[in-house]
Order: sequence, then structure tokens, then C-alpha cells
Amino acid sequence: MSKQQLVSQLLSFLPANAVLFDAEDLKPYEMDGLSAYRQTPMIIVIPDTEEQVSKILRICHAAGVPVVARGAGTGLSGGALPLGNGVLLAMARFKKILHVDPLARIARVQTGVRNLAISEAAAQYGLYYAPDPSSQIACTIGGNVAENSGGVHCLKYGLTVHNILRIRMVTMEGEVLEIGSEALDSAGYDLLALMTGSEGMLGVITEITVKLLAKPERAQVVMAAYADVQKAGAAVGDIIAAGIVPAGLEMMDRLAIQAAEDFVHAGYPLDAEAILLCELDGTNEEVSEEIKRVHDILLASGATSLRTAQDDAERLKLWAGRKAAFPAVGRISPDYYCMDGTIPRKQLPRVLARIGELSQQYGLRIANVFHAGDGNLHPLILYDANLPGELERTEELGGKILELCVEVGGTITGEHGVGVEKIGQMCIQFKDKELTLFHAVKKVWDESGLLNPGKAVPTLQRCAEFGAMHVHRGELKFPDLPRF
Amino acid sequence: MQNIIEQFSEAIRQAAATHQPLRLRGSGSKDFYGGSLSGTVLDVRPCRGIVSYEPKELVLTAYAGTPLVEIETLLAENGQMLPFEPPHFGAEATLGGCIAAGLSGPRRAYQGAARDFMLGVRMLDGRGDLLTFGGQVMKNVAGYDVSRLQVGAMGTLGLLLEISLKVLPRPVAETTLRFDMEQAQALDAMNRWAGQALPLSASCHHDHALTIRLSGAASAVQAARLKLGGTMIEEGGQFWRGLREQTHDFFDAEMSLWRLSLPSTAQPLVLPEKSPVTELIEWGGALRWCKTRADALTVRAVAEAAGGQATIFRGADKPAGAFHPLPVALLEIHRKLKQTFDPHGVFNIGRMYGF
Repeated sequence: MSKQQLVSQLLSFLPANAVLFDAEDLKPYEMDGLSAYRQTPMIIVIPDTEEQVSKILRICHAAGVPVVARGAGTGLSGGALPLGNGVLLAMARFKKILHVDPLARIARVQTGVRNLAISEAAAQYGLYYAPDPSSQIACTIGGNVAENSGGVHCLKYGLTVHNILRIRMVTMEGEVLEIGSEALDSAGYDLLALMTGSEGMLGVITEITVKLLAKPERAQVVMAAYADVQKAGAAVGDIIAAGIVPAGLEMMDRLAIQAAEDFVHAGYPLDAEAILLCELDGTNEEVSEEIKRVHDILLASGATSLRTAQDDAERLKLWAGRKAAFPAVGRISPDYYCMDGTIPRKQLPRVLARIGELSQQYGLRIANVFHAGDGNLHPLILYDANLPGELERTEELGGKILELCVEVGGTITGEHGVGVEKIGQMCIQFKDKELTLFHAVKKVWDESGLLNPGKAVPTLQRCAEFGAMHVHRGELKFPDLPRF
Repeated sequence: MQNIIEQFSEAIRQAAATHQPLRLRGSGSKDFYGGSLSGTVLDVRPCRGIVSYEPKELVLTAYAGTPLVEIETLLAENGQMLPFEPPHFGAEATLGGCIAAGLSGPRRAYQGAARDFMLGVRMLDGRGDLLTFGGQVMKNVAGYDVSRLQVGAMGTLGLLLEISLKVLPRPVAETTLRFDMEQAQALDAMNRWAGQALPLSASCHHDHALTIRLSGAASAVQAARLKLGGTMIEEGGQFWRGLREQTHDFFDAEMSLWRLSLPSTAQPLVLPEKSPVTELIEWGGALRWCKTRADALTVRAVAEAAGGQATIFRGADKPAGAFHPLPVALLEIHRKLKQTFDPHGVFNIGRMYGF
């Protein structure tokens, strides 16, 4: 089917503003949050009902046209990168919060609702939606489910998979499925878990029922400064060994501290090698009791200075530096590349030391921001895309860091997903048999393989080439060939 | 251990070649649960022992045949616990059985279920191939979440060898409170309280009384106790153990025991007149145990009308299927997933659905 034929089929049931196909209209959608990869889609479709989604998918399925679903396009691994010969299914018009039930503590929302909008709608009942990825003002709940997004409060409150009850989705063949229920468990296999984090490979999500939690009575944060990164890392283990599960436990290294302080003036100590931000929440009494204990633990762990936020304004200020760490790094470098490995926490000193060596070796600065409580490391590699070869060297260095994460018993992605970005490193994380099984799981839902093809799971062929590439230090023979 | 895994793998390949399905089994403590038992028993208990546990990492990895008691004892020695409070249903219950059955105890509504704490598995599929999914870290989105898919799959997708779970510190203080309340009032109270900043960790309504457990920092438990009132129960630990292991008097009867998973705010159940029902409610209203002589169709219709599902937990009418029937489209996905993991139909045939 030609592009023209497909457009006219789509326009037969969609309004003109829901089908984009002129070059200038397509351009804004050429990338998601991973700007190093760009591709203009053939057609963009922006439906606003589930029925339309189903019909679009049926038509594409029949025509053999691949489809990529997209929420707000804030993803950091290229999971929503369009295909030049495909349809980009933009779910941005699914913006309705359908129902908030304060007694049952659930909200039923459409897939394009922003993460933060759910908490805003629930606030009047003293409730909120717990997962808070840093892009929460913009990212959609549908994208959160597709990526199993986390945030700074995962250690205590879990990821997306722990905070949803039910989804409605449409398969590539156009069939509408409902998975999960408003009850806590449902019969059969845990398909809700399988769908969460499946990166838009198995179905297009249209509606989600999320759990809402009671807003803690109080939250308080302590900042500890360290002259030694290792001591900061050890302090994290000490807090947990004392039986305390902080709501958030974040670490930043020297370069990240300096960039953030310069940007938002959070009051971070500029002479520190590392800082820890430890947030405790719960009932008033609980927080008072635990904040005292954490204070003692941090002092005993060798903190050079401690600061406990005295009020909410100070607490938010301390967090502002951490939350602005990425854009702050963006100010001190023309470009930066955000990595997302997870490691067993005890490996932190070894991993940071090795990252330091790699930074030297490649001549690229690296700022480290770390969800220390759950071992999720975000090294930010500073580079300049205008310097010939620097992006390639950055990606190679990034790949080395991810391989290091696997080597110490961790994973190549904690919360950003594989997308197109880490598809090579999937070959290191998994063996052929596991990858083969992943492909088979995709086929269960999408026999045609037309939904988001080439993302998340590499072909064995791709892995064979990746293995060979390693030997030749990243020099691809045919750089123009698509390599999934 | 390598030897044992190779033996298991060989047994699976044999079973596939000779079309003699296997029945994966630990101690058999949950033989009563789920669909029919068939096939040659493969005892997974030779594969046992704790692989790694570091309290500071909040992660425990153990072989599937490890007794749950051994794991929980080790955790308790380090001031930690399996937060989902799994029922054992037998002194020898294994970790593998616990995960395959996917059952959780009183803390589930407040801390999460078995599936919520699953981090990774090593398993053998129906071809006898050794596969690893997930890992020993808390955040991991590489590949589909195949490890969580194993929780509650009743061993129909593979033989679990090694399991990694997230663990949590035990609460410093715990208190159990009781209130005289009828069911409707208790359902309302449980839901309202769960929407407030209270350190709830378990709830149960039965026989005109609502019992709740508070867990957390000593001062928080104390403050919540003063706020809520009620009567403090000294034997709280024993009460919740009785629910978890179903040694509570309620579970002692010859009638079928149904497990209804419902929205927590669902109204009290009404079954047709001739089939009286006795109920025990847990999980803030989301789990309702019913003893009734009503037939499966009737109970399931009532559960569905309330927005949930019904499982025959113990007792008669198993031919109707232990688990709530699936819509056709979802059943088809189950069938295909089974085919993907176990193409020759080796594992626990009929234990979940008909395949």
C-alpha cells in the first residue's frame, strides 16, 4: 500500500488534524528524549478514542505497515523513535482523568495523562500517585507503564509495576484487551507485569487504573557531605542496615554538585566529594524518631557536615539541586549523554573508580548522579556533538559503563529502558536463548512483528555483529545498514 | 549444584521426548491448591540452599528447594523479613512453591505481594534450557519481566532453580487492635484508614469484629493507637499467624473454601438464600474468604458482579476449575505463552488451566 493510499484510508474515519503527512508537520516528532537518534516517520496519526486506535492498528496490520506508539516523547532510550516507513501513533489526546475514587484509592485515567496531573487530581483527597520520574511534569502515564518508570522514591514506594492495577490495551491486530482489575490480584499469569516495561512492543495502552497512596503526614530531608565517595556509599548501607527505609536516598558526586549548585543555588557544599540526600517520610512521630537515628548514622559514617531541612521550603530547595542535575550539567557542557545502569550497592566504590578511569582514558568528563538507595546509577557523560567523532566516543564510553554494570552483577538499564540505545548491550546482559525467548514472547502478542520493530530486543544476528564490533573497537563495516 | 541442574535438565528433555509430563514438587504443602495434579513427580528439593544474602543490599538469593523456614529464620536473625508474609501451609514449604503459588499473607495490602518483591530467576524451560531473567538489583528494565511472570504461574512455565527477592527490615514495633464492628462499617473503616497516613500493616474482619495491625517506628504505632482507639490484643502475633497459615477456627470446616479477590470497597456479599455464607475479610476488604455450599457458577457470578474473581481454594467442585475462568482472548494469550515456554507440554499440565 502506498503512503497516499494509507493516508486516504486513515482520513476516511479520522479528522484532518489527526493525520499528519507533510514533511514540515512530521519534523517535530522525529525524536524522543534521546536526541542523538532522529528519524522522520512516514505518517503521524493522533487519535482520541480507543476505537480509532483499534481501527488504525487493524489497517496498518493489514497493510503490513509498522507502528510506533508515543506518549510525551520524554523517553531517554529512543523507545519512541519513529520508523521512516512507519506510522507514529501519538497518544497525546488521551488526556482525560476518567475517575478518581478516594475511598478505594484508585484513579482510572487515559494513557496520555501526565504523571503529575494524576497526583494533582488526587491531592484534594490527601492522596497521590507515588512513582515520580524526573520528567513527571511532562511524561505520560502510558509511557510510564511502557517503560516501568521509577523516580527518586522507588526504594520505599516501588516502580510503576507496583503501583498499577489494570490496563486497557489494543493489540497490533486491533483487539482490545483488559488486563488486571480493581482487585489486588487476578486469575492467570501476571500479564500486567509482562506488559509493564515492555517498551511498546506488545500492545498500545489506552487506559490505566493506578493506585493512589495517602500523602505522608510529613517529609524531611537530611543532607550529608563527604570528603570521600566511598564513605558516602558505605553510609547508604549503614542506614539500611539500621532498619530504615528512606523515602528517597540520593547521591551526587563533585562535578554534579558543582553544576547543580551553580544552577539552582541549593546550598550544596562545593568542597565535598559527594553528598547524600536522605528523605524520610511517614507520620510526624515516625519522622522525628528516624531523622534522629539517621543523623547519628551519618555522623558515625564520617560525614563532614550535615544539614537537616527545617521547613518544607528548605527541603524543596535541597531537592531542587538534585532534580535539576541533568539540566545543570547541560549548562556546563554543549551536550551530555545520560546512562542508566543499576549495580549492587556494595559495588559502588569499584564502579565509581572504574568510571573515573574510563573518563580519563576517553578524555570526557563524567558527572555521577545516583539513586543510591536502589543502586541505580546515572553517569552523565559530557561531550560536544560538534566535535567530529566525539558522539561516537561518548557512546563507546557509555557502552563500557553499562558493560561494567553487568560485570559487577547489575543491569544495563534500571529505569530508562533499552529502546534503540542499549540494544547492543542487551547482547551482553542476555544469552541467545533468553533473547530467543523474548522474541517468542513478542510473537505471542504481535505475531506480525509490526509493533515498534527493532526496539528493546536485539536479533541474534545483531548480537553476532555486536560481538564482532567489540573486537574492532566500534568500527562498523556498513554504517548505513539498519542494525536492530 | 551444577550436577543437580543437569539432572533436572535431562529429566525435562526425557519427559519431552517420551511425552511423559512432569509434576514439579517441593514438599507438597500446596498440593491442595490449584487444578489437578498429574505427571511424574520431580522433586526439586535437592536444589536447595541460600546462595547469597547481604542485609545491607536488601536482597536474598536462594535455590528454589530451600525451606521457607530456613530463609525466614536467617532474615529474622538480621532484623529483616519477606514483606509479603507468605503462607507456608506446611513445615517443609519451599521457596519455589511459595513463588510458584504466588500467595501472600496479611501484610499484602499494605506492603505488596510476592510478585512485588521478585527480582530475578534462574530457571529451566520446557526444552531443558537454562535461562536467567532479572537479577539481584532492585531496578531492572532490561528485557520483558519474565521473572515476575513466574510468580503465581503454578510451575506451568518452567522449573524455578534460583530466586532473588527484595527483603525489608522488620518493623521496630507492632500492635494489634480490635473494634466491635459489623461488616459494612468495617469495610468503610478499613478503606478510610488506608487513605490516611497511618502505619497499617494488616486488617481482618470476622465474627462482628475488625482487627488491625499497626507496624513501624514505636512512636508512630503509639500515636496511631491513641488516634484509632479500640482494644489492644495481646496475642496479636498468634492471631495473624493463624490467618496466614489458616489455622484460625474459621478455616476449620468441611465446606468449600472460596477465595474472592474483589475491589476493597465492594459491598458485603449476598449469595442466594439457600446457600448461606460465612466470611472472613482480609487485605482492607480486597480479599474475602467464603465458606459456602453454593455452586461454582453462583459464587463466580457474585464475584464478577462485584468487579472481582473467585478461586476455589480448598474443597469441592474442582471440576469447575480452581481458578476463575479467563475471557477467551486472554486465555488464548495464556495458551500461547505456555506454548512458548513449554512447547512439549512437560510442566504441571492441568494445574492452572487445561494446559
